[in-house]
Amino acid sequence: MAQDYTITHLKQLESEAIYILRETAAQFEKPVLLFSGGKDSIVMAYLAKKAFWPAKLPFPLLHVDTGHNFPETMEYRDRFVEEMGADLKVASVQKAIDEGKVIEETGPYASRNGLQTVALLEGLEEGQYDAALGGGRRDEEKARAKERFFSHRDAFGQWDPKNQRPELWNIFNGRKHHGEHFRVFPLSNWTEMDIWQYIKLENIELPNLYFSHERDCFVRNGVIMGITDFMELLPEEQANIKKMTVRFRTIGDATCTGAALSTASSLDDIIAEVAAARQTERGTRADDKRSETAMEDRKKEGYF
Amino acid sequence: MSESESTAGYLDMDLLRFTTAGSVDDGKSTLIGRLLYDSKAIFEDQLEAMEKSSKSRGDENVNLALLTDGLRSEREQGITIDVAYRYFATPKRKFIIADTPGHIQYTRNMVTGASTANLAILLVDARKGVIEQTCRHAFIANLLRIQHIVVCVNKMDLVDWSEATYNQIVDDFKKFASRLDNIVEITFIPVSALLGDNIVDKSTNMPWYQGPAMLYHLETVYIGADHNHVEARFPVQWVIRPHSDKWHDFRGFAGRIAGGVFKPGDPIKVMPSGFESTIKAIHTMDGELDEAFPPMSVAITLNDEIDISRGDMLVKPNSTPEPRQDVEAMICWFSSTKKLAGRGKYILRHTTKEVKAIVSEVKYKVNINTLHKIEDDLIFNHNDIGRISLRTSAPLIADSYKANRISGSFVLIDEQTNETVAAGMII
Repeated sequence: MAQDYTITHLKQLESEAIYILRETAAQFEKPVLLFSGGKDSIVMAYLAKKAFWPAKLPFPLLHVDTGHNFPETMEYRDRFVEEMGADLKVASVQKAIDEGKVIEETGPYASRNGLQTVALLEGLEEGQYDAALGGGRRDEEKARAKERFFSHRDAFGQWDPKNQRPELWNIFNGRKHHGEHFRVFPLSNWTEMDIWQYIKLENIELPNLYFSHERDCFVRNGVIMGITDFMELLPEEQANIKKMTVRFRTIGDATCTGAALSTASSLDDIIAEVAAARQTERGTRADDKRSETAMEDRKKEGYF
Repeated sequence: MSESESTAGYLDMDLLRFTTAGSVDDGKSTLIGRLLYDSKAIFEDQLEAMEKSSKSRGDENVNLALLTDGLRSEREQGITIDVAYRYFATPKRKFIIADTPGHIQYTRNMVTGASTANLAILLVDARKGVIEQTCRHAFIANLLRIQHIVVCVNKMDLVDWSEATYNQIVDDFKKFASRLDNIVEITFIPVSALLGDNIVDKSTNMPWYQGPAMLYHLETVYIGADHNHVEARFPVQWVIRPHSDKWHDFRGFAGRIAGGVFKPGDPIKVMPSGFESTIKAIHTMDGELDEAFPPMSVAITLNDEIDISRGDMLVKPNSTPEPRQDVEAMICWFSSTKKLAGRGKYILRHTTKEVKAIVSEVKYKVNINTLHKIEDDLIFNHNDIGRISLRTSAPLIADSYKANRISGSFVLIDEQTNETVAAGMII
């Protein structure tokens, strides 16, 4: 056969993710797609739309809402969900706090990041979801490099990295006992660059936080933080608030997601910036800096 | 390079998945570290984190293994337990590395990493030559039908860049490889991963070597023929029914092409029912396609209303696999808590279909260091490889693994624990 039957690597990644999304719908009774409003979950939701087109998504989106969001994220979320024609559920950390299920950290270093896990597990239990689709990628962090596409969680939502199911070819084993559930990561094999190139290729709209803008910021532990209503500032931080030209490389809880100085205002600018970057995108995440295996420890407890 | 050029290049790249098996002693981590570092896939904060933890462990140099050994227990024990996936890209290709430990007790990790690989890098220490571990890795690569092998003869600096030493290794390996039947292409490259010779740039220390450097080979090795493009195979994953006014009668059979080429108008046969129809259209959200081939994910509509569901397979009438309930296979046993024995019952998952299976006969195990058959001990412990026969509760629409890695492979699942206990390749 003379013809060369090959497809580009982005199309291969797309095809793989669509396959995983369809497997999830087929193998589980009640899957849900975790939607944070960050670029990875946006790409994942977009791929889900492709996987089931022209039908609607056979599962809802779940937003674990820390209550500490940049307003831009929420505006974007509501518009995106409406355009997708998707069904949005919200698991609220504020609600968990109000109901006394968790105790909020206080002081200037308070973060609701750890509480997300509680709200997430509650949200999954409440909806009786047996599979949660996440936008995690293996290139993000070393503990994620060994994560499976279909990641088994016990009845307590915990991950056991030493006892993971082997995954061969494209056969995925989603069998489980009652009360257990799975995390599924369709973007496992994507890198940050792949995500950006795909966003450009497919012309996917993003929250404007990803693009360069001016914002009142302060610096904590070498990380640039945006000023929000939810953060208590130390006096010297208060004294050093500055208007900076920044953008966000990841979008999470506003209290622990750092910004990066950047003038990248278009996708092409961002792609050039990512290509030249010498820091991983999670380099600006204060939550990963708590210890060397901070991510693994949180994942074992049931973090995304 | 301007931005638009870099994007255009990126959109043109294809994908190569490769596996590396070996121990830290072979210089595997150094090799991977160098490929990642030289292609800028290691970032400053990762390097800093590695430097910090190398120092606290008392290592003299930056220990590149710390990049891949991310789990707490791996760091504590200084070993890689699991398959770690690593990514890097050059302007020509994106690469996915399945980095697996080389020791015999991790055979199952090697098998897992090999199952999706186009190419395997086998590391040989030039001072030690072809040893048992080399043969074991070659056997597994061959068993999993990795078509491209690179024998990377490392630490050439420690043998004075000797051509004679290199030639001896090439001869020894070729002698062994003549017993392997699936490998299409073997490439030998003498390198020093530590010094960078023949990794990214051609070595000036080995003028007698005429071949390419490692990275050039990885970038250019032809993998366009790795999929089966002859026998059409489409396992149905999911049926799309929009129930909307616009798409009222739409019934799309969604899946990922496992073999062959499908075009609108093509006659197809549904297995196992045997009903025939023709393809009406091949759909994606981006529009209808003129043809679809592996590994594309699409939705296919037919010109006749036929009852089709997940687990069925669309094939072409002129190349129909014979449904079979008796399956002969090579398996690798994965479970560390349970053993495989005759009459064992399992759940068998093949493409998108799940059936029950009983072990009807255990034929032999293989000593994967000598390739000798073992016929006096037929109990499979974890990491054991051998040949068995299975009887399934419903017919499988399968090919031999040799003909098609997707429609020729399966896993066995323990009914009680739901664990994946074995990987199988149909003969």
